Amino acid sequence: MAAKFKPGDQVRIRVGSPPGHFRTPSYVQGKVGRIEAIHGDFRNPEGLAYGKDGLPKQFLYLVSFDQAQLWETYAASSRDRLFIDVYEHWLERVDCGS
Amino acid sequence: MPRVHDRGGWPDAGPINKAEHNYALWEKRTDALLMLLASPAKKVLRVDELRRAIESLPPEAYERMSYYERWISAIETLVIEKGILTKEEIDKKAEEKDS
Amino acid sequence: MHDHDHEHSHADAHAPITDGHGSSHYEKRATAIVSLLIEKGLISADEVRRTIEQMDERTPALGAKVVARAWVDPAFKARLLTDAKSACAEVGVDAGTLAQIVAIENTDAVHNVVVCTLCSCYPRSILGLPPDWYKSLSYRSRVVKNPREVLHEFGLDLPSAVEVRVYDSTADMRYLVIPARPPGTENLDEAELAALVTRDSMIGVAKAREPGKK
Repeated sequence: MAAKFKPGDQVRIRVGSPPGHFRTPSYVQGKVGRIEAIHGDFRNPEGLAYGKDGLPKQFLYLVSFDQAQLWETYAASSRDRLFIDVYEHWLERVDCGS
Repeated sequence: MPRVHDRGGWPDAGPINKAEHNYALWEKRTDALLMLLASPAKKVLRVDELRRAIESLPPEAYERMSYYERWISAIETLVIEKGILTKEEIDKKAEEKDS
Repeated sequence: MHDHDHEHSHADAHAPITDGHGSSHYEKRATAIVSLLIEKGLISADEVRRTIEQMDERTPALGAKVVARAWVDPAFKARLLTDAKSACAEVGVDAGTLAQIVAIENTDAVHNVVVCTLCSCYPRSILGLPPDWYKSLSYRSRVVKNPREVLHEFGLDLPSAVEVRVYDSTADMRYLVIPARPPGTENLDEAELAALVTRDSMIGVAKAREPGKK
């Protein structure tokens, strides 16, 4: 299986609060970011957390966000960004121009 | 509504206390315990399970407990869940031991 | 709504709840569980002792050594940025097997600061155990949303032209900040340079020390 996304792609983080363990914080959910890098594929912590094998492996991406887009009160003129590691199944493609 | 451990951007977070404390021996032992149990040689549990067990603490407890108090509480949950120890034997041993 | 204005209403109370006999409830549970697991042969007392010794040997001096080499050797720095674990091994620092280390560089244009908002993930194998404040609810809450305010509390103010980049360690990657080499250090050797690299500068809440300054 190949990685679905590549550096430069715009992605939106899915919104969700599944029962059990997951590693996608609520403050990035629903937000649009940019793929910075592909870390490789890893066992899914959502399964590992319950003693399962965590397969199939998920691609893990470094995703960046404009802080002014994440937080209402952040200075709109700021260059500041936030970088976070997100698993592929939490990402949706966003077409350019949105 | 984020869960209690999902802390990014949590409102009213207050000043950051920069004081550091020396680790008590029990805290180091707790850390060592997790390292050993999660080691490739033993594979008794995974760090992901520890996180899950910590996240399952009641919110009030999570916020009240210190870092290693959450760890040992989670380790206890997991070793019982996995049938390695029972709560009764831990209770009994805890009563027996002098500090 | 929780009242988070008072420090002591946060979790992370350093003084455990005691029962008056000097031994907290959780300390007793820890001691009991360790004893029982030794009795059952899952772990040995020797292993526990050795693991603690190994933990004590891991200090920020390991990371500082890596950073100092990166400052004097651009080719090493390039390797460090590509494959941190292998680069660490080159200078005799064993980054261990549990996590992936990724080095991120502070420049004139970018200042990085690291957190784990969900728990307290930290590059322990090369920095030792994290400080209490790194694990605190306050830091985890605030540094993603108000990094410049948090940096200011640590005594660091950066121009708006510099991009402040917060890394939230939500998966297997553990981020090591390579602080910028301070000015006036051209004549220092690697050991002297390493002495300027503080733990806090490798987390990103401070710059490396300048020679002659505290």
